[in-house]
Amino acid sequence: MQETRIAFTLNGQPRLLPAGTSPTRTLLDWLREEARLTGTKEGCAEGDCGACTVVLEEGSRRRPINACLATLGQMHGLCIRTVEGLNAGRPHPVAEALAAADGTQCGFCTPGIVMAAWAWTREGGDPHEALAGNLCRCTGYRPILAAMSAMRDDGATAPPAAPHQSSRFTAAGQVFYLPASLAEAVALKRAHPEAWLLAGGTDLGLRFSEGREVPGCVIALSRVAELRGIARDAAGLRIGAAEPFETLLAACRTDPDFAPLAPYLARLGSRQIRAMGSLGGNLGTASPIGDALPILLALDAEVETSARRLPVAELLIDYRRTALGPDEIIAAIRLPRPAPGALLAAEKLSRRYDQDISAVSMVACLDFAEGVVARARIAFGGMAATARRARRVEAALTGRPLTREAARTAAALLSEEFTPLTDWRGSASWRLAAAGGLIERLWLRHAHPELPAEVMEVSA
Amino acid sequence: MNAPLRIAGSALRHDSALRHCTGEARFLDDMPEPSGTLHAALITAPVAHGLLVALDPAPALAMPGVVAVLSAADIPGQNDIAPIGRGEVLFVEREIQHYGQAVGLVVAETRDTALRAAAAVRLEVEELPPVLSLDEAREWLVGPFTMRQGDADAALARAALTAQGGFEVGGQEHFYLEGQIALAIPGEGGEMLIHSSTQHPTEGQHIVARVLGLDYTQVQVQCRRMGGAFGGKESNASWVAAAAALAARATGRPVKLRLPRKTDMAATGKRHPFRYRWRAGFTPEGRITALIAELIADGGHSLDMSGGVVMRAITHALNCYAVADLRVTCGAKRTHHVSNTAFRGFGGPQGALLMEDVLAHVARATGRDIETVRALNFAGGPNPSQTPYGQELEGELIRRVHAEALADSGWARRRAEIAAFNATHPTLRRGLGCFVAAFGISFGIPHLNQAGALVHVYTDGSVRLAHGGTEMGQGLFIKVAQVVAEVFQIPIEKIGLAATHTGEVPNTSPTAASTGSDLNGWAAFQAAQAIRERMAGVAASLFGCRPEEVRFEDGLVLGPSGNQRLTFGELAKTCWMRRVSLSATGFYATPDLEWDMQAVRGRPFFYFSYGAAVAEVVIDTLTGEHRVLSAHLVQDCGRSLNPAIDRGQIEGAFIQGMGWLTTEELWWDSRGRLRTLGPSTYKIPGSRDVPPVFAARILEATPNRANTIFRSKAVGEPPLLLAAAVWNALKDAAGVSRLDAPVSPERLLDACQRAHAKR
Repeated sequence: MQETRIAFTLNGQPRLLPAGTSPTRTLLDWLREEARLTGTKEGCAEGDCGACTVVLEEGSRRRPINACLATLGQMHGLCIRTVEGLNAGRPHPVAEALAAADGTQCGFCTPGIVMAAWAWTREGGDPHEALAGNLCRCTGYRPILAAMSAMRDDGATAPPAAPHQSSRFTAAGQVFYLPASLAEAVALKRAHPEAWLLAGGTDLGLRFSEGREVPGCVIALSRVAELRGIARDAAGLRIGAAEPFETLLAACRTDPDFAPLAPYLARLGSRQIRAMGSLGGNLGTASPIGDALPILLALDAEVETSARRLPVAELLIDYRRTALGPDEIIAAIRLPRPAPGALLAAEKLSRRYDQDISAVSMVACLDFAEGVVARARIAFGGMAATARRARRVEAALTGRPLTREAARTAAALLSEEFTPLTDWRGSASWRLAAAGGLIERLWLRHAHPELPAEVMEVSA
Repeated sequence: MNAPLRIAGSALRHDSALRHCTGEARFLDDMPEPSGTLHAALITAPVAHGLLVALDPAPALAMPGVVAVLSAADIPGQNDIAPIGRGEVLFVEREIQHYGQAVGLVVAETRDTALRAAAAVRLEVEELPPVLSLDEAREWLVGPFTMRQGDADAALARAALTAQGGFEVGGQEHFYLEGQIALAIPGEGGEMLIHSSTQHPTEGQHIVARVLGLDYTQVQVQCRRMGGAFGGKESNASWVAAAAALAARATGRPVKLRLPRKTDMAATGKRHPFRYRWRAGFTPEGRITALIAELIADGGHSLDMSGGVVMRAITHALNCYAVADLRVTCGAKRTHHVSNTAFRGFGGPQGALLMEDVLAHVARATGRDIETVRALNFAGGPNPSQTPYGQELEGELIRRVHAEALADSGWARRRAEIAAFNATHPTLRRGLGCFVAAFGISFGIPHLNQAGALVHVYTDGSVRLAHGGTEMGQGLFIKVAQVVAEVFQIPIEKIGLAATHTGEVPNTSPTAASTGSDLNGWAAFQAAQAIRERMAGVAASLFGCRPEEVRFEDGLVLGPSGNQRLTFGELAKTCWMRRVSLSATGFYATPDLEWDMQAVRGRPFFYFSYGAAVAEVVIDTLTGEHRVLSAHLVQDCGRSLNPAIDRGQIEGAFIQGMGWLTTEELWWDSRGRLRTLGPSTYKIPGSRDVPPVFAARILEATPNRANTIFRSKAVGEPPLLLAAAVWNALKDAAGVSRLDAPVSPERLLDACQRAHAKR
């Protein structure tokens, strides 16, 4: 594999980094310390505050990302814009609009908000969704939202990107691979069993930005062609393991069968996180609170690895452990369609609606026949060491009409199959009670589709 | 002072607004570093309570690029960073008092190396059992003090009805987006220049001098702007500056110390959590006649500013209500938490929650509408208007903000809609809440109510303005610049804004207690007025008129006859030619303040700011989730110095207060380690949490009765209290009187279940 230096386009100008630059140095540190572009700020270094937001320009698309979680190696071949590149010479209209609306107070979060808003003028959608990854402690957001309503797309486009070629970067004690094909990736993993497999890096990135770790070997999977893309057919979706969540969200929004998953996926991280994070990464880290996992379990999704196909449930062994072999890489996830007429519901309980890790999450798919529940598949996250199905609850619901009483009776069984933890996101007893509440909410969605089922559906 | 204003009173944008948006505005970490700058990282305690047996720096010193490892033994002056009392250490000597407490410092060539080396330092610690709750806490850090009026016991005994209650409210992390940071640059002869993100440069100067054993004049502290502060960059910024200065002294090189977010959240103080117990007597109509209450704050491990927080809590415990016979006790206890500190409101918000709990219980016990009960108990009108400590409230303004907030919200219509919704929806419940605040303005320590300013006019007519106040995003710099531009009648662009610097304006008070524009505005006015008078004298001699006939208008200086005119710059140049000084200092001290903390009597506040809010919420009785649907706010700003800036303060403070009472929870594990360290676990409000209907406005046509600068009022803290309307609305929706805060889904679901069990 070609040894090369890291190169990318920064604010429209090509940048070739010196040989020996650590490929796991964060983009944020490099921007601030080497490039002396200090408009991009560090607020948290954990991808939650958005002060470090920069934008990846991909043709006409604009993907905001957290520079604190992005490594230089991952940036190879990409086109990055920072706040300085937006305001070269004179303030960009987005910056003007925010200033004119009194959308800044201390101003520390502001460059990140400008970049998130600039991306939004192209990408569109709910302004709250676009701002979910940007915290402001001063303004109370009202003037920022008002400013956004006056912003327009500037029409600017990025130069076309060159096709990706497999690349290798080295620095003192470090090698970083950016393979282009699955065969290469598998061969690398076999050759380097100690390597960190980096998908989007929204989880592992914390080990660079906060942990200051310097791994000897990294295999970054985001450019492996076979791991990208989402294909749609009558059976369901085939989701490339390294395809960012944002693409999956868009696919669900435009497919009526999967549309109920969209509001839930829109709460997974922020746009910045969804631009980098992927389903394969979520599965690979096997976090007990990975928000995507209950979806996969409830719909009996299958994982395609470089070697085989297996149900998702068989991949997740324990807390942060998977059944992947030493030379096996997750390639894609096959998500089957729910049956016609099924009730598909995805629920998440967290302290804050947006950009929060779930305390409890639930995805349920109920099939109905002749007025009774013919099949119930209900998966919970946050209730055990791994995401898993609530088999007793499913059995209790099956074969009878979905009444409020039936839901409550089934919910009472949760305490027999889950022993959740008490932590800062909630106590064990609340987790059990609220998970039961989510089962009762299934009845509400089924019996009263005309009513708001949860607080966000209530209009002011 | 009631003349029409041209520049003061205008809705000018923040002086740095556009530079914030372009990324050009420099925060401390954005400044080019002096060559040879080293970077420091804190070594922090891994336990909440214990003995530091040994600190082994060898693993850190073995790392390439590490220059020094410093601890208590390396301090040349005093190991004491106490802002008010004495005996609060910079670095642990023997006993660890809280998780995350600073133990020492690693200094290295890069920040990356310093952080990794700090983690490598080996600490040998003997863990001891910590005191983690107010139930276990025995020792008073400050107080308890008692505010008395009449005979509370007798009044309670003869009351027709009585109730009692108790509740708790949690602390709050400031979560300024820019973390704590200081850059210390050693100079000649032991001198030290500190760039510090601080609300209190003078305290930073004093603490650095104390730690290094220097005279104050050898230490200068500068701050252009902070990326948020909210009270968190008073005493905490001072010790961060001292740590950086110690490293600069030890190495002889510039040293920057910037705390990573997690370290910052573990090592720096927060808003004081409070616990309340009370008994009240009242009439069948709901008029409260007797109150006995106890408020206890968790001060954390040391005093810090807990005395001031207790003072403000006790003086705000009755808020805008009048109770004839009462006894309210308040103090702060010592625990093994981080030492709690100033946070926007400074105990006032905690104090003001007391009466909300009482009113909710009284309304429930009497079966009367809570807003009727609220109005019945307002100070002023038919009730006494004097606070129990002896200061007058304006009953008319209390009633006016209340009535206007209710009217803005469409209270009665909303009530009917909510009743209809709640009668039909199987699981969701809506609720409505109101809150009215009277917030006292002035530092509780009378001598802090002073400020200085330094104004220079240059010979082209441009002006440089320096004052003791610091800019943390609140718009102080633009407001004070407006005052100076008003005096000279020149365009605001002609006023150059100086970074706050202990060398330009000395012996300053912190920018805190909402007093920034009140104090510094007057001081700058005095300085500018002194120069204007001198300039008018020169103009008068040129025009051949009396000085009082000289007018300053639109950048011009005019004499009584039509052809007598100079530009402001021409006059400045003429003054210089005639050897007239174009530089002046200004000074202001708030008049007529006195306070006896032991007796809880006096006149601690120059005036009060009034505000009211109505909030509507919807809650989910299945899960405990909630959403704020609307908020209507009316805030008294006197004759606002800048309505755009003031509106920003109102909105921002409300959302911050809402976070305190709802999503923001500090969570310690059983060993007293704070586990909500970072935005992934500590949840401040996001944009979607802003109520979809969010209408904040300034009370119209209400010049301050007190002689403040242009009759304006302070606005930094008071609107934070208005978020209690959300808390009240949540109680209404859940159907409970008691609801501990922050109202997590867990507490709300528990409340729903309590309410359900009663029915």
